[in-house]
Amino acid sequence: MKVSRFGFLAALGVLAALPAASQTVQIDGAGATFPYPIYSKWFAEYNKMHPEIQINYQSIGSGGGIRQLTAETVFFGASDGPMTDEQLKNAPGPVLHLPTVLGAVVPIYNVPGVSGDLRFSGALLADIYLGKVAKWNDPAIAKLNPGVSLPATDIAVVHRSDGSGTTYIFVDYLSKVSPDFKGKVGVSTSVNWPTGVGGKGNEGVAGLVKQTPGSIGYVELIYAIQNKIAYGAVQNKDGKFLKASLEGVTAAAAGAAKAMPGDFRVSITDAAGSDAYPISSFTWLLFYENPKDKAKAKVMVDFTKWALNDGQKYCADLGYAPLPKQVVGLEADAIKRIKL
Amino acid sequence: MAPSSRRSTDDRLFRLGTGLFALFVVLLVAGIAFELFRSSRLSVQKFGFGFWVTKVWDPVAGDFGARPFIWGTLYSSFLALLISTPIALGIAIFLSELSPKALRTPLAFLTELLAAIPSIVYGLWGVFVLVPLVRKLQVATPDWMRKIPLFSGPPLGVGMGTAAIILAVMVIPFTSSVAREVLRAVPNTQREAAYALGATRWEAIQAAMRYGRTGIIGAIILGLGRAIGETMAVTMVIGNNPQVSWSLFAPQYSMAAVIANEFTEAADNLYLSALIEIGLVLFVITLIINGLSRALIWSVTREVKVKAPKAAAPAVEKAAA
Repeated sequence: MKVSRFGFLAALGVLAALPAASQTVQIDGAGATFPYPIYSKWFAEYNKMHPEIQINYQSIGSGGGIRQLTAETVFFGASDGPMTDEQLKNAPGPVLHLPTVLGAVVPIYNVPGVSGDLRFSGALLADIYLGKVAKWNDPAIAKLNPGVSLPATDIAVVHRSDGSGTTYIFVDYLSKVSPDFKGKVGVSTSVNWPTGVGGKGNEGVAGLVKQTPGSIGYVELIYAIQNKIAYGAVQNKDGKFLKASLEGVTAAAAGAAKAMPGDFRVSITDAAGSDAYPISSFTWLLFYENPKDKAKAKVMVDFTKWALNDGQKYCADLGYAPLPKQVVGLEADAIKRIKL
Repeated sequence: MAPSSRRSTDDRLFRLGTGLFALFVVLLVAGIAFELFRSSRLSVQKFGFGFWVTKVWDPVAGDFGARPFIWGTLYSSFLALLISTPIALGIAIFLSELSPKALRTPLAFLTELLAAIPSIVYGLWGVFVLVPLVRKLQVATPDWMRKIPLFSGPPLGVGMGTAAIILAVMVIPFTSSVAREVLRAVPNTQREAAYALGATRWEAIQAAMRYGRTGIIGAIILGLGRAIGETMAVTMVIGNNPQVSWSLFAPQYSMAAVIANEFTEAADNLYLSALIEIGLVLFVITLIINGLSRALIWSVTREVKVKAPKAAAPAVEKAAA
């Protein structure tokens, strides 16, 4: 009896102390859909360790994330492409870009009679998407794939119809390796494609490619891995043909780390390094350097430090490439720019 | 005295209340128009009327024109009506005039069930069933036919023709169920009168349709409205390539589809404004079509009134002609 009464009192005491000790913090963010699976995993895991912290993330798209951040309706944003100079100018304060994980884009195809892996160079992919290489037995394709019997069918080009970070990474790469592509198409989340049909989402593109004999498309590496879609090898800057892998993507980021600009707004497509997969990219979290709500800022800084170190172990399971050590080191310094 | 005055206040209150609800609709439309104008100002100022006729849609260069989307929306809706109208009217006539009683209810239920299927389901059906079918048809198209602009282009499966078919399937239940109700509302005396004059069954049905034609036109217009605004199913099968082409095989685009596709990632102000202006164009075109259909219905009813006293006043008939 005595013990139980003591227990009861103790429980009362704990209950009374709880609200004071841990005020629930709720933080809202919005942005890219590509990193959404790992972000929600991170927020859930972090919430398990710190039950008082709740981070809500709306995956409304990179453009929407940047817009909401600029309008200050969310505390942090997320984007697959870095903010442009003009967008930064429109923001009410300086914005810090922090790379969180890496993704890659792979070419997928459906060529009757070809079962093995096809090889592509950046210039070839650019010419296909410009409509200049229009047949599968074009000498430009045959040269890279000796011994493969290529049919004389038309190439049906498939691209994304919705604005997307995947398109951004893909055209960013094609623009780097082909001046012609850069001049005619350029880089954005949606572009004016000279040829082809648009599929909605990774699943739309993959569906069209699967159904259409003689087609080529591009999807996120994660999507290709999880759905077991065969994809081609792409020639990197050092001349090596590589099939995309999580290691290859991290290697590309490591190659880029040497010349990393202070604001992390860097494209790592066509990166140097013999193991670097060329169509790779960071995805970023966006914070104000001088946030209004210091309490939330403190929480997010702690969270980001955790995500960049311990959090990286969730990457492999979800199909993301983890950040290379060098980049994590650089970011640890950059986080200090957030004024707490 | 007292009860009657209470009744009149009740009536007044009721009138006021329903009037407010009606006003709410007007305000809503005005509000949408205002907001569309306001948010698309940037693009309206930059491109002016050229927005309606320019073919280019280039988010990278910041150069926007709505012509391929306007074309795609109107062309696909027109084709859809071309396919759906005869089928829908056939269904309506069969159900109201010819069908055995036992079949009537289940058949009507089934056509109306088509209307309840969400458009994303139609889209999926389109992608997995219709698109491969259309592609087979395209591959089987003989070469001399492929030279005609209506059938030119590579066999992709997705494209204008596929979009028109899926739209037609979605439109049929709307048109047919309204047309059926219209035919059922035609007084039986009309048909009996026709029979009395020695009309065949077909002629009697024609007479009934003639009597109800404003309603039937209304049913078709309702289908058109559905076709113009349809987004998800269209974007999944139309190919999403902004080009202006007569070809049924060519991938094209529609206004609703481009808004749905590109809105989320449009971070640049001008880009967003151009997308909202597409919404404005869609709004204006819907208004125009509604206006035209009103005019059509009005002209049809007017014709009926003129023709009714045919025997009595041939002079009026002549004057109208």
